Amino acid sequence: MARAAVPGRLAARSAWRVANLVEVRPETPTARTLVLEVPGWPGHLAGQHVDVRLTSEDGYVAERAYSLGAPADDERVELTVQVVGDGEVSPFLGGGLSPGDPLEVRGPLGGWFVWRPEDPSPVLLVAGGAGIVPLMAMTRTRRLLGSRVPFRLVYSVRTPADVYYADELLNPQPGDAGLEVTIVYTRESPPGGPPPSRVRREDLAEHGWPPELAPLCFVCGPTGFVEAMADALVALDHDPARIRTERFGPTGGT
Amino acid sequence: MDEDLDLYPDLYEDGNALAGPLDEVFAVEASTAVTRCASCGRTGRVAELRVYGRGAGLVARCAGCQEVVLRIVRTPREVWLDLRGTVSLRLPVGGPG
Repeated sequence: MARAAVPGRLAARSAWRVANLVEVRPETPTARTLVLEVPGWPGHLAGQHVDVRLTSEDGYVAERAYSLGAPADDERVELTVQVVGDGEVSPFLGGGLSPGDPLEVRGPLGGWFVWRPEDPSPVLLVAGGAGIVPLMAMTRTRRLLGSRVPFRLVYSVRTPADVYYADELLNPQPGDAGLEVTIVYTRESPPGGPPPSRVRREDLAEHGWPPELAPLCFVCGPTGFVEAMADALVALDHDPARIRTERFGPTGGT
Repeated sequence: MDEDLDLYPDLYEDGNALAGPLDEVFAVEASTAVTRCASCGRTGRVAELRVYGRGAGLVARCAGCQEVVLRIVRTPREVWLDLRGTVSLRLPVGGPG
């Protein structure tokens, strides 16, 4: 559906484009990374998302926002989706699509929950479950650009099997110096690890940045998690104006 | 209705999800716009509103007082934008993003 000639960025951003699914990679037993090729993709900032639209054979249209999990590779972008029982789009995206299938995307979208590499502030990333996706785009963009901006990531997951991007996060990659990763297991720890626990205020104090350094804090995850983490950061004296949040409901996605 | 919403505090996303629907209407990135709530006067980014619903009808509520700040309804031919809960909408222009 080509739009009439609307000049500039607007047309690029808000038009639906037909994308092709070129690769599906399992991340965990319940999460898949989808690599999409999007003709004319203009590039994006780390933290931005796309709206994905699926039309079923009977004409039913489902639309959902998904965070981009990596910097663009030319016209290729990546999403990671969770396979959950009650979401209308996620099971479709997670299980029912095969490489070669078309779907519609609109984006890149959003300008608030984004990391701009020219900002030298230290960065604290706090992820709950699938909330790691846009934060991973930030660490990967940092690596790609050779940025030396100090990053700390605190990632809350239920069990070791639920860690997205596990190889990459557990084994520092070239260019990751200055990125510290702390994984907090809430239900089951790896052998020899500390007992399972929710992320507490003390964890953010220990593994985050002191407020005097005025870090930029990005918190993403389920609503309850985001509320708790943002409150804890404020209680630790972080400036609320420097805490950026992205929440999603219980049906997954981002 | 408000009581029902309180029973299910997890059933919302935030205003980041409004970026796509608003992009159809505004010439600039509107989720970074600053809103002022008509009910309690709180200011914040559109991205920080609480958004209920999905797809064709979205309701965005104030994170402070829970009153409706804006509504978007998308029909095949029109976008209805109801801003009666918003005193003002301050939109970024000229800069990046």
